[in-house]
Amino acid sequence: MKKVAVVRFPGTNCDRDVWKAVELAGHTPFWAWHEDRFSSSDVAGIVVPGGFSFGDYLRAGALASRSPVMESVREASKKGIPVLGICNGFQILCEAGLLPGALLKNKTLRFIDRWVTLKRENAEANWPAAETARLPVAHGMGRYYADADLVKKLWDKNQVWWTYEENPNGAVDDIAGITNEQGNVAALMPHPERAVEKWMGSADGLSFFKGGL
Amino acid sequence: MKIGVKVMLKPEVLDIQGRAVAENLERQGRHLNQCRVGKFIELDVPSNSRDEALKQAREMADYVLHNPLIENYTLEVIE
Repeated sequence: MKKVAVVRFPGTNCDRDVWKAVELAGHTPFWAWHEDRFSSSDVAGIVVPGGFSFGDYLRAGALASRSPVMESVREASKKGIPVLGICNGFQILCEAGLLPGALLKNKTLRFIDRWVTLKRENAEANWPAAETARLPVAHGMGRYYADADLVKKLWDKNQVWWTYEENPNGAVDDIAGITNEQGNVAALMPHPERAVEKWMGSADGLSFFKGGL
Repeated sequence: MKIGVKVMLKPEVLDIQGRAVAENLERQGRHLNQCRVGKFIELDVPSNSRDEALKQAREMADYVLHNPLIENYTLEVIE
């Protein structure tokens, strides 16, 4: 049976929550350690969880993106295997060049930790079908940045995945999440794994682990 | 040989940290037009040739030390 890779770096801290969410969605997870590689023929999907990989040293996600495991993620992504990046995972996928753009310090300079409402912009992607999602954010560097040409391209190619109803961090065009051109690599700053059951405040996050994966 | 890598956000990217520092300085009675905060990375590379050391540093700067979407860098020979 094919499994879902949960990628771990030193400093990843949402890995166990993601593991549980993947199980809850009906998949079997396995750990993919940063120094190891895995074969793309063994995986049904990949999640790059949040946290502070390598202490956010240099730039958030920069050092993690150059790890051996990311070569396996890159190889799998080229074969169309779904890859979901969450928070630091989003930063890592951008730094790895698997997604366009970059994430900068929040406009307020503060770490933000609260609930947000997201609006789905990208109807074609094979990710959750819901039009809106209520999810928590927890980040210091979540301000999505792309220059004007790239932002235009993202909208033209239908790569803007989610936008914030109320922009918490100064992200360009309220962008909370994007996909690659093919749609199989997708990432967002909010944390779907922290909202997979009603008692958590929202169960909107569960479909993120069902849909594409 | 030691090479310094100075990494700055591109001029068109809002440097929120630099702005906060500038605002604080202004509040404390100092006057300035702008402040931008960057990074300085010192690399001690195993080469005694200036050109070779700069080449190695440039390769490292391009590989990971700067993100070309948001940052520019300059190199300088320290010693």
